[in-house]
Amino acid sequence: MKVGILKELAPNEKRVAATPTLVNKIIKLGLEVIVEAGAGASAQLLDGAYAEMSATIAPDAATVWAEADVVLKVRAPMMRADGKHEADLIKEGATLISFFWPGQNKPLIEHLQSRKVTVLAMDAMPRISRAQKMDALSAMANVVGYRAVIEAATHFGRFFPGQVTAAGRVKPAQVMIIGAGVAGLAAIAAAKSLGAVVRAFDTRPAVREQVQSLGASFLEFKFEESGEGEGGYAKQMSDAYLAAEQALIAENAKEVDIIISTAVIPGADAPKLITSGAVVSMRPGSVIIDLAAEQGGNCALTERDKVVERFGTKIVGYTDLASRMADQASELYATVVYNLLEDVYDTEKKDVVIDRGDEVHRGVVVLDKGELLWPPPRPKPPSHAPRPEKKPQVIAVAPPPPTSSALTTVILVVAVSLIAAAGLFAEGEFLQHLTVFLLACVVGWHVVWNVSPALHTPLMSVTNAISGIILVGGVLLLRVGGLQIATILAAFAILLAMINVAGGFLVTSRMLKMFRRGPAKDTVHAHAHGGRK
Amino acid sequence: MVTSAQTLVYILAGMLFILSLRGLSNQETARRGNAMGAVGMALALLVTCVALSRDTASRTADMSQAYMLLAGAIGVGAIVGAFLAARVAMTSMPELVAVLHSFVGAAAVLVGIASYLEPGRDVTVVHEVEVFVGVFIGAVTFTGSIIAFFKLRGTLGGRPLLLPARHFINLLLVGASLYLAIVFVSAAAPTGITPLLVMTGIAALLGVHLVMAIGGGDMPVVVSLLNSYSGWAAAASGFMLGNDLLIITGALVGSSGAILSYIMCKAMNRSIWNVVFGGFGATPTSSGKAKDAPAGKVNEATAEQVAQLLLAARSVIIVPGYGMAVAQAQHPTKTLSETLESRGIQVRYAIHPVAGRLPGHMNVLLAEANVSYDVVKEMEEINDEFDKTDVVLIIGANDIVNPSALTDVTSPIYGMPVLEAWKAARVVMLKRGMAAGYAGVDNAICYNDNTLMLFGDAKQSIQKLATRVQAEEKAA
Repeated sequence: MKVGILKELAPNEKRVAATPTLVNKIIKLGLEVIVEAGAGASAQLLDGAYAEMSATIAPDAATVWAEADVVLKVRAPMMRADGKHEADLIKEGATLISFFWPGQNKPLIEHLQSRKVTVLAMDAMPRISRAQKMDALSAMANVVGYRAVIEAATHFGRFFPGQVTAAGRVKPAQVMIIGAGVAGLAAIAAAKSLGAVVRAFDTRPAVREQVQSLGASFLEFKFEESGEGEGGYAKQMSDAYLAAEQALIAENAKEVDIIISTAVIPGADAPKLITSGAVVSMRPGSVIIDLAAEQGGNCALTERDKVVERFGTKIVGYTDLASRMADQASELYATVVYNLLEDVYDTEKKDVVIDRGDEVHRGVVVLDKGELLWPPPRPKPPSHAPRPEKKPQVIAVAPPPPTSSALTTVILVVAVSLIAAAGLFAEGEFLQHLTVFLLACVVGWHVVWNVSPALHTPLMSVTNAISGIILVGGVLLLRVGGLQIATILAAFAILLAMINVAGGFLVTSRMLKMFRRGPAKDTVHAHAHGGRK
Repeated sequence: MVTSAQTLVYILAGMLFILSLRGLSNQETARRGNAMGAVGMALALLVTCVALSRDTASRTADMSQAYMLLAGAIGVGAIVGAFLAARVAMTSMPELVAVLHSFVGAAAVLVGIASYLEPGRDVTVVHEVEVFVGVFIGAVTFTGSIIAFFKLRGTLGGRPLLLPARHFINLLLVGASLYLAIVFVSAAAPTGITPLLVMTGIAALLGVHLVMAIGGGDMPVVVSLLNSYSGWAAAASGFMLGNDLLIITGALVGSSGAILSYIMCKAMNRSIWNVVFGGFGATPTSSGKAKDAPAGKVNEATAEQVAQLLLAARSVIIVPGYGMAVAQAQHPTKTLSETLESRGIQVRYAIHPVAGRLPGHMNVLLAEANVSYDVVKEMEEINDEFDKTDVVLIIGANDIVNPSALTDVTSPIYGMPVLEAWKAARVVMLKRGMAAGYAGVDNAICYNDNTLMLFGDAKQSIQKLATRVQAEEKAA
């Protein structure tokens, strides 16, 4: 079977559906690959690099369409410059894997249906954990979110980080992110790392934790409806709800320099969250990056694919942000496409086999050999689990001392009651010993919490050795002299404790000698990127 | 009786012990820490011997035999200890630690009884109580550690022994000890020995019974708990003899063991009460479930296939468990990971806090095999890395990679933090057979589509993998 890689036709589309690295992996699956000359040129991927991975380079697109049994693309088939539609060129019975937007592309579906084509839509990937490695939308959204911040920084005439310089004080940029999906979260992270102060707004309360884990503040929004829709995406809301959102955003717009807005609802126009009034109230020189421009924009004044200046605020409506980072975007897209291909390709039958019982296959398949299977049955109720890739990162190495735990309380109570009892009944010497004992407990408690978990076994053997200190007790008891029960018992105690002391320290030292740090590992990455022959 | 010079040296020794534990906070200073502890111990021993010779009691008594006893005990003890330390295999560390705990316990018992029998001492109620408490803790530590030792060696088997009415038995034993305490304190000096010895027997029985009821997988907690007890036993002896150094050291060791137990329990999402009194792992519900559950099919793989998978990977995480220790597979594992690294594949190790039978057990084994501690990661450091990893190699670990701990509310291990190995692109699980882990729970990770099972002895399997990968290396 042959897999075809084509140059994208859409204007400003610079991505390509497979990189040489992934071509290599496809060949390892037992497939052949044919690449249109210049397919990856706009993503800095040269034909030679594909050829080196044993792909065939075809002189023109027609050859690829004619030969390929599986076509990998970024965009859905479209009209070519020569007046022929890509859908007419595809081989009968072939498989197409690309972004497809079946909801908006009814005529194209009918067109391809007549050619008995199998269509897998990358945009219809169900949002379940198994399908994460095939989730092209998330992979692209990550790129777009990052790029949005870079675009904002380009159009913004000021610093992002706050500074105090000899030439005066610079205030940090205030950034508001609307919509904390993958793109929004990526934008938060990028804006934070440039030094901006970031706030984020989302109608789904469940994302609060993710927003905060990235260091942004979460804008509280109270309304009776929950914004969580099916499949983990936001859903459309009532008018009153929209008005409340607009009010909250307008309120914040007065304070921020940059708005990056990412709110889209699958299969519908983007909600108009940023009103003209909100734009007017922004400081001159502010920037709005509207990532929903393709769906009509979150801002009333956005113009698609353009940068416009309205009331002193620049409004950026680019829809090709992923293509503006074509190298990275292609690499990520190619990987997720490959993962899907690997999932649907049956190495025994040497063919693409759609398993309709499989949640992933059922979700992405639009046409199976011409049979219309879209839309899939309703997905399961949304999972409220946070998306793992944006999970708040826990970096703590050792669990922190449980300062307020029940354990501490118990210890405190015991200590206090011991002192109280001792103070009431015991003689002075005992009280003194008790004080030493309690202080030593506190010191031990603090010292031991710092011990690295990797050294817990050595810690045990050292404490074992020093608990052999009981031999001091044995030695002191020998003072009565002579060979009597007391001295023999004491000597026996000394013997046992001494085994502990010698054994404990020596075995610890033996263990610790083994702990070593290896040679520097920074060569690993250089190797990893080199091709393996 | 205690001269000021002696007190000064004792304080110095106490501080050296504190610095010794402090030194263990990271690998760079750990060896110095150990040396400080040893110096502190030597100082303490030396000054005590000097004090002994100057003691008023010893001047009047015939000391020659006592000195011979002293020299003999120290000499023999040191030789035996050194011999044990030099000969023990790193996989047997848990057993060694357990047996050393039992020595401290036994020593505390002996010191306690000897102190009671010491002629011409001051007799006060407080002192009598101190003796009693010291002997009690010592005896529980002694027999408990012996049982732990046999369980860890496998002589006794890992299953908990759950007698009917076991809580009642424990209560009865404690109650009897309390009664004997009253008899003991009210008895005149030499006659109190009978209740003291009877109580020693009862406490010994309690130690046996308590540890017998705990399953093999909970041994990390039990060993650290006994570590703690041995410290408290030493502290109690300190009270008994009016010796601050013993008190300080005992308290240090006691709190250290208590913290370790706490960390281990936390890592299993269980309370200390549940570990000590729970008899976990043998409840009929969980074992019954294990029999019903294995419905899915597993993907079995050959060593050859797994080797290919590893060679094609860019990043590999190795998750070692108790199975690696049992099979002594740490050296071949190191060879395998080294060969992979030389091919530019990133290899890291993920260590779960309760992997193995001793806190930090896996770290020690990997260190023995010369694995750099830079690539050995704690659970919190590496859990977010699994989804970016190509292959996870699970060597003899089970419950610590069980996804049910996060998803299945009915699972007995629900809520226990686990290594999220299943998020990697591929998981290879080395296992002897399809037996459930120690918790008696079936592991859902085995039935995942992206999991391959490589059955067989861990050491042999890893050796096969290493040989295969090395052959590729030579061919390249």
